[in-house]
Amino acid sequence: MEYKPIRKVVSGNYAAAYAAKHARVEVVAAYPITPQTSIIEKIAEFIANGEVENLQYVAVESEHSAMAACIGASAAGARAFTATSAQGLALMHEMLHWASGARLPIVMVDVNRAMAPPWSVWDDQTDSLAQRDTGWMQFYAENNQEVYDGVLMAFKVAETVNLPAMVVESAFILSHTYDIVEMIPQELVDEFLPPRKPLYTLTDFDNPVSVGALGTPADYYEFRYKIEKAMEKARKVIKEVGKEFGEMFGRDYSQMIELYRTDDADFVFMGMGSLMGTVKQAVDILREEGYKVGAAKVRWFRPFPKDELYELAKNVEGIAVLDRNFSFGQEGILFNEAKGVLYNTDARPIIKNYIVGLGGRDFTVSDVKKIAENMKAVIEKGELDVEVDWYHLKR
Amino acid sequence: MEIPENVKKRLSIPAEEHFYAGHTACQGCGASLGLRYVLKAYGKKTIFAIPACCSTIIAGPWPYSALDANLFHTAFETTGAVISGIEAALKAKGYKVKGEDGIMVVGWAGDGGTADIGLQALSGFLERGHDAVYIMYDNEAYMNTGIQRSGSTPYGAWTTNTPGGKEHFLEKRHKKKVIDIVIAHEIPYAATASVAYPEDFIRKLKKAQKTPGPSFIQLFAPCPTGWRSPTDKSIELARLAVQTAYFPLFEYENGKYKINMPSTKKDPKPIEEFLKLQGRFKYMTKEDIDILQQWVLHEWEKLKKLAEIFG
Repeated sequence: MEYKPIRKVVSGNYAAAYAAKHARVEVVAAYPITPQTSIIEKIAEFIANGEVENLQYVAVESEHSAMAACIGASAAGARAFTATSAQGLALMHEMLHWASGARLPIVMVDVNRAMAPPWSVWDDQTDSLAQRDTGWMQFYAENNQEVYDGVLMAFKVAETVNLPAMVVESAFILSHTYDIVEMIPQELVDEFLPPRKPLYTLTDFDNPVSVGALGTPADYYEFRYKIEKAMEKARKVIKEVGKEFGEMFGRDYSQMIELYRTDDADFVFMGMGSLMGTVKQAVDILREEGYKVGAAKVRWFRPFPKDELYELAKNVEGIAVLDRNFSFGQEGILFNEAKGVLYNTDARPIIKNYIVGLGGRDFTVSDVKKIAENMKAVIEKGELDVEVDWYHLKR
Repeated sequence: MEIPENVKKRLSIPAEEHFYAGHTACQGCGASLGLRYVLKAYGKKTIFAIPACCSTIIAGPWPYSALDANLFHTAFETTGAVISGIEAALKAKGYKVKGEDGIMVVGWAGDGGTADIGLQALSGFLERGHDAVYIMYDNEAYMNTGIQRSGSTPYGAWTTNTPGGKEHFLEKRHKKKVIDIVIAHEIPYAATASVAYPEDFIRKLKKAQKTPGPSFIQLFAPCPTGWRSPTDKSIELARLAVQTAYFPLFEYENGKYKINMPSTKKDPKPIEEFLKLQGRFKYMTKEDIDILQQWVLHEWEKLKKLAEIFG
């Protein structure tokens, strides 16, 4: 079948809901939280209008139960989906470990939102990055198109390696902003994403299974190792699935780090999510002004794209890591990860951390330009002024 | 051992065993008996969700399982939510759930995981009307972590965090009436049961199976370790709990209450008969026993009235 995209003007949240629909999810268990709500509202609407078949919607009493119900559903063989944000994701935390430990390919959209207090409903990546060690894969979307594509790819990757995956979009900047999204006809989605083949099932009564039983010190260790092997496998699968997606639908995701004008760049801006759209625009302007700069957008944070980062670092003099998040007592989380990867390599560009946009603070092209000036000065001097720069701070 | 057909016909409880020997329960464990009866009633076409509790251990560590049924071990507070998800998945995939030939989805959780940390998920499960059975096995404390009080621990009971001492014991609250909280959800079927009355329990399990929607059974399950009682007295204790009206057997079915035999046969026995066999009540004074006795009789009168008015 020839691919003719269906163009719709939708919010990031509606893009997520359509992707879940097109993925033919079988169970959605969710709890409302701003700014995630319109995802589950749209899915409820699909059901009310009879636009979906065999989809059970479980309106649970908390996010903790949302994940628990998805886990039950996924263990029983269904394709399960949920969505949340910030405090809700934090409440789910315990169950995120349960999903990965039970090797269940649940896909969840997290709408990146700042953690309280102070109360905030605006964009910030600390909520999802605080789930770093739960055994979930994490994909960060730059725009509404990537939310849609990300959900479809996440299911395919998750079901191949038997680990859950999170697709992350920015609060309001994507969740509530309308943009053109190219959607894929159902038949082609079905071709790309066939029905799930579960690793195990609770419905084979002649060969019953016991999942999640007590793991003694004699065996627990190996269970953890197998999760890590699955994550390693995911690196390969992500690239293959991203390539296949590109071949079928024209948008290539075979790179875990998307490189933008980095070939001859002196230094690059590295970051994740919607802020990288701003960065790319700023790169074009800076190039016209004579700066040799590029952008490196980290698409997948887990598994972490170690090799791609190393290749990038070999060819640049500096990396400005833009973190819309913070790990207290240390530094920006992406910065921390990047430095950690590069320590045992011979690639040692100057790497500096800029903390930007926390709690939805506006982050604009002119901010990128200011950071470029500072980064250029740092590289020329050959030493850091500060390692972690709270860029917006009112002094 | 193969049971001859003519003997089988006389047995009121299914002869088939789906709960294997070699499980790791303590001697005299009421919960293990309960699991055995559930499997006798429902057979192997059952999916269990068991949270952190004694039964996690009783079922056995990986790669073993004492249950001849599918089992998903889950987090402490999630039993109600996990069985909701399992049921939703089965329905999405077109399986028949509940009923005589349907798949039985069973939440099997202790009193801590039900009365306390799991109450919210239990409420959500009941309210949404899933076709599954939730069984709370009530041994009246957190036995798996070493006998700490739960919301279901009775007045006057010693536990490791309500110890008795020179001054007094610390547990001064009466047992939380989880079954009443459940009934407040107006589900089609809820009941109490006891391991001392297996026929009654299995009959109730079967009724829960046939009744569409969520069902709840609170099963009284003695714990010799936590109750400081002789291991051969568990059944006697469970029977005395019924005979003293401390734990009366009743059913709530579509708005109607029904007290089950033998709860109504005679006047309740004095509560001392239940208390004296257990070390956990040794700190109680005469006044304390009176307080508990009054509470038991008051609750019993309440139940009788309910059965009278809504029978």
